[in-house]
Amino acid sequence: MSGAVTTPAGRVAALARAELTLFGRSKGMIVTAVFVPLVLPVSARAAVQDMDLAGSGLNVGLVVLPGAIGFSLLFAVYSALVGVFVGRREELVLKRLRTGEPRDGEILAGAALPAVATGLVQCLILAVGCSVLLDVAAPEAPQLAVVGVGLSLVMCAALAAVTASFTRTVESAQVTSVPLLMASAVGSGVAVPLELMPDRVASVLELLPLSPVMTLVRGGWTGELSAYEAVGPVMTALAWTLLGVFAVRRWFRWEPRR
Amino acid sequence: MDANEHGDVIEVTDLRRVYGGGFEAVRGISFSVRRGEVFALLGTNGAGKTSTVELLEGLARPAGGRVRVLGRDPYAERAVVRPRTGVMLQEGGFPSELTVAETARMWAGCVSGARPEREVLALVGLERRAGVRVKQLSGGERRRLDLALALLGEPEVLFLDEPTTGLDAEGRRETWELVGALRDGGTTVLLTTHYLEEAEDLADRLAILHEGRIAAAGTPAEVTAAQPSRISFELPDGYFLGDLPPLGELGVSGHEAEGNVVRLRTRELQRTATGVLGWAERAGVELRRLDVRSASLEEAFLGIAREASSETAEEYAA
Repeated sequence: MSGAVTTPAGRVAALARAELTLFGRSKGMIVTAVFVPLVLPVSARAAVQDMDLAGSGLNVGLVVLPGAIGFSLLFAVYSALVGVFVGRREELVLKRLRTGEPRDGEILAGAALPAVATGLVQCLILAVGCSVLLDVAAPEAPQLAVVGVGLSLVMCAALAAVTASFTRTVESAQVTSVPLLMASAVGSGVAVPLELMPDRVASVLELLPLSPVMTLVRGGWTGELSAYEAVGPVMTALAWTLLGVFAVRRWFRWEPRR
Repeated sequence: MDANEHGDVIEVTDLRRVYGGGFEAVRGISFSVRRGEVFALLGTNGAGKTSTVELLEGLARPAGGRVRVLGRDPYAERAVVRPRTGVMLQEGGFPSELTVAETARMWAGCVSGARPEREVLALVGLERRAGVRVKQLSGGERRRLDLALALLGEPEVLFLDEPTTGLDAEGRRETWELVGALRDGGTTVLLTTHYLEEAEDLADRLAILHEGRIAAAGTPAEVTAAQPSRISFELPDGYFLGDLPPLGELGVSGHEAEGNVVRLRTRELQRTATGVLGWAERAGVELRRLDVRSASLEEAFLGIAREASSETAEEYAA
């Protein structure tokens, strides 16, 4: 590559490659980002089997799969990336990169890419795994699930950067990322499907960041979500993504506080 | 348009930088650096060196004034400026878990016209450390890795923020040789340092920063020449400053007496020294702890710091 003029894609690839190497060297990252999301659904299955699903039109597989995808997005992408962004900032890596040719967006994209790719691969594994192990039929409207997961990957990366803006150390990242993890687990139907909640409560909880992907993935599999009904969740996910991107542009910290 | 009509590749006009808390780190400084020149920003810690360099590197937008690097705004027009500049920050900036080679490969992927990584690592003597993780490098090795990566794209303009801090004498000398070779090859270098000998040795021109302002600027010889030479000695008991010949006749431009210790400032060192020693000879007086020194950059530096702080003291008193 010597002598060549760099391109945005080439720069992001170089940064992502280095980040992937770092990912492989961090035991903590491998546990949170790979192990937890793939093991959780197995343990969740027992709990779901005790739920009263009659009348909600759901079966065990249709609760476990979206939940598993939700956990993957939260742990493999969101939580992992808060740590990555904070870690690189505190080591002055982000500041050093900004003295070079990469643009701000490329620096963040390069750092985020390995985690986003991990999340994507996990979602695919989980979809296939749940289909085989939990007897879930092939999705009726896969495009809804694809849109939902795709949007959520970008949104989780953006929200991780926002969280990193007000997180001072890698250690405190484990605290600052808790609110979204909890809100999503409880309120977005990751642990308990919104279909089992009272309607009024559910209609508010639908506005949480991770609720749309739950709705879209479940709808993608059941095929019971019409195009019209899908507009709401897609708009919600888009709104969170845009809000995240705006907040990053406005408030992201590129170097440690002095 | 790479430079202005005077051949300046860096132009700084009335530059200001104010931090979030309202602290004014850079308070209206102007200077220019010609192509192929080594320019040093000298100053004590907190003088505003790094705050200034970061504005030249385009890391932040100035609160006031103007910066041009290669004729462009390094902040607003970063896409055109960055491929032609190389930067070494004051502190690290590399993931500690990557090896030297992996770090260099990452950087090479982000630098237009990057030369082979091995070549720059060899240039700073790190080729044998290629497989070592950054966290295991010594402080000096990290500085050299940083320098190597700043040179990866063969930049026309190089910014070095305290390039030799943390290096041992040997490493410092090697870095000086490298910077000298780069200058000979036509690279424009702006460096900050608090080592006076570094500035004296390397810099074609320099500016001494104090509290966000330029206190003196010019070639090392000019800055030094603007400062008086000094003579100090201790008179025996019973002798006083008034016993010397009239100070004006000796060419003395300023003096202090503290007990028996006398300090004289002069711009005509030979005349003053001859006068003082001749008087001592004639009077049969032994001048103890006699110290005669011509102005050096160090004297200039300390003198400026002293003057400036007494001025601020007066400002507060007024």
